[in-house]
Amino acid sequence: MRRLTWFNATSLTLGFAFLYLPMLILIVFSFNASKLVTVWAGFSTQWYGELLRNEAFLDAAWVTLKVGLASSTLATVLGTMAAYVMVRGGRFFGRTLFSGMIYAPLVMPEVITGLSLLLLFISIGLDRGVFTIVLAHTTFSMCYVSVVVSSRLVSFDRSIEEAALDLGCTPFDAFRSVTLPIIAPAVISGWLLAFTLSLDDLVIASFTAGPSATTLPIKIFSSVRLGVSPEINALSTIMIGIVAVGVITASLVSKRMIARQARDEQQAVHS
Amino acid sequence: MAQSVFAPWADPNEKPLIQFRNVTKRFGDFTAIDDLTLDIFRREFFALLGPSGCGKTTLMRMLAGFEAPTEGTITLDGKDISPVPPHKREVNMMFQSYALFPHLTVYDNIAFGLKRSDMSRDEIAARVEQMLKMVQLQKFARRKPHQISGGQRQRVALARSLAKAPKLLLLDEPLGALDRKLREETQFELMDIQEKTGTTFVIVTHDQEEAMTVASRVAVMDHGKVIQVDTPDRIYETPNCVYVADFIGDVNLIEGNAYPAGDDRVSIEWAEGQPGIIATPAGAVEAGARITFAIRPEKVAICRDRPEDLPNAVRGRILDIAYLGNISTYHVALPSGHVIKAQTANDRRIARRSFTWEDEVWLGWTATAGVVLTQ
Repeated sequence: MRRLTWFNATSLTLGFAFLYLPMLILIVFSFNASKLVTVWAGFSTQWYGELLRNEAFLDAAWVTLKVGLASSTLATVLGTMAAYVMVRGGRFFGRTLFSGMIYAPLVMPEVITGLSLLLLFISIGLDRGVFTIVLAHTTFSMCYVSVVVSSRLVSFDRSIEEAALDLGCTPFDAFRSVTLPIIAPAVISGWLLAFTLSLDDLVIASFTAGPSATTLPIKIFSSVRLGVSPEINALSTIMIGIVAVGVITASLVSKRMIARQARDEQQAVHS
Repeated sequence: MAQSVFAPWADPNEKPLIQFRNVTKRFGDFTAIDDLTLDIFRREFFALLGPSGCGKTTLMRMLAGFEAPTEGTITLDGKDISPVPPHKREVNMMFQSYALFPHLTVYDNIAFGLKRSDMSRDEIAARVEQMLKMVQLQKFARRKPHQISGGQRQRVALARSLAKAPKLLLLDEPLGALDRKLREETQFELMDIQEKTGTTFVIVTHDQEEAMTVASRVAVMDHGKVIQVDTPDRIYETPNCVYVADFIGDVNLIEGNAYPAGDDRVSIEWAEGQPGIIATPAGAVEAGARITFAIRPEKVAICRDRPEDLPNAVRGRILDIAYLGNISTYHVALPSGHVIKAQTANDRRIARRSFTWEDEVWLGWTATAGVVLTQ
């Protein structure tokens, strides 16, 4: 194996430092015994304990989780349906307009999306709360899902669906028993993407959240304005941990699936 | 004496299984099928042959129900099938890409259609076993499609499409992805299975050898029209036009004017200073009509001395020799500038071959060896 040159080693260190030093500092200070965020006073886990007793944070976390699960599921259903129509629907009237409008929210400034949704909810007299955040998050994340799913559908051999119809499936049965299982990986990654987007979102949520429901990002942002507390550091560390575990698990699972497929193919060739 | 030859198309009392009546299919401005009328009979192995873009695949997709005719009707067993969606037709298709379900095992692929019929669980299991046995894949039932070879996938696709015992099986370029040797073996397997099951097969192919090998009748298509429908030997021996003669096999085409020469024969004036070609046209030909004389290379004899017993003989020089092992094709240039191909079987070792490049030779053929084409 080739050894690293000093130049490569330096670039690597600098790059990683740039990406991860801020997070590392945050994680280190979450274990600080002092109440002052920037002064190290020994190791302690007291802020994690404090966090578990902080009802406001726990409520916000619970709201965030509910919103994330509901909105990503809704967005996945709607986004998959939209992608299917875009790719399989053939040429219908207004197709180009429709496809442009599906992708527009990708480039729309979040402030505008948030504001327009707020105006809509006010004008139809909808009380703001968990329900409105779910609607808002579904709106902006379904276009991400439809992009992911339609790129899978484009590379999908259409004759597989035709074979299902030919063998006696109704169009819906063909979608359920053939198309969906084959595009499932794209649908799942679309769901994960929508869930992450919902978890991250601050701007749109702050427009559409009401006094009855606050998400974690809103809670963190508003408490930081009163000064950074070690509790926030602890909370952020937990979130980093969750995301890291998720990402690593996903990559391990997909790596294992690829390895298994390669092994199966090997077997087929040698038998 | 009992008639054992299979020829329902020659029997006026036989009812066709499939009837195309004045079928036209347009995609926007493009006419894929142009006013086509065609009958296909029960138990036939019918080949649709033509270059890509001739409409053969569209014709097949209309039978499967994936396309609807713009005009005209298609009947299956006497019933108009235009309003019937694909999943309700007693027609199954074997796709060019095989279209196996990648997430299902070989067994479940074959059982897929059966599970959507009113068969019981035990009947399905028995039928799948029977199909696996037919294509000799019992050992691979639990494999997924990506775990078997291309030839095995092709057999799974065939078993899957035959499992529901359709009235009609459509095969879209079924052997295109196989290598030559495997393809030839599979052609005979297909014919065997077709005979055993008694299913009507319609095969789409651009490979004329494949069509000639497997089919009971061949329809040669071009630009959305059927040019000629006939048995393989008649398509080869008596093509009805230049297009068919040229598309099927190798052929020498000579243009000229035909004049009556007695005994139903004509003499074709084709080049300055050359004697007329004596030929026997199938029908009446007007004196002086512009025609094309078509003759297959293997029907042209090549010899060192003038063949006295043949009515047609021309002299030329060997330009090129294509050695194919079992046969050799000689390209002979005539003084008129025409190049005529003559084919001989290599029944001697190559060192003893009689002719070589630049040799002066004679070509000869009988009065019935070629065909006179008026279009």
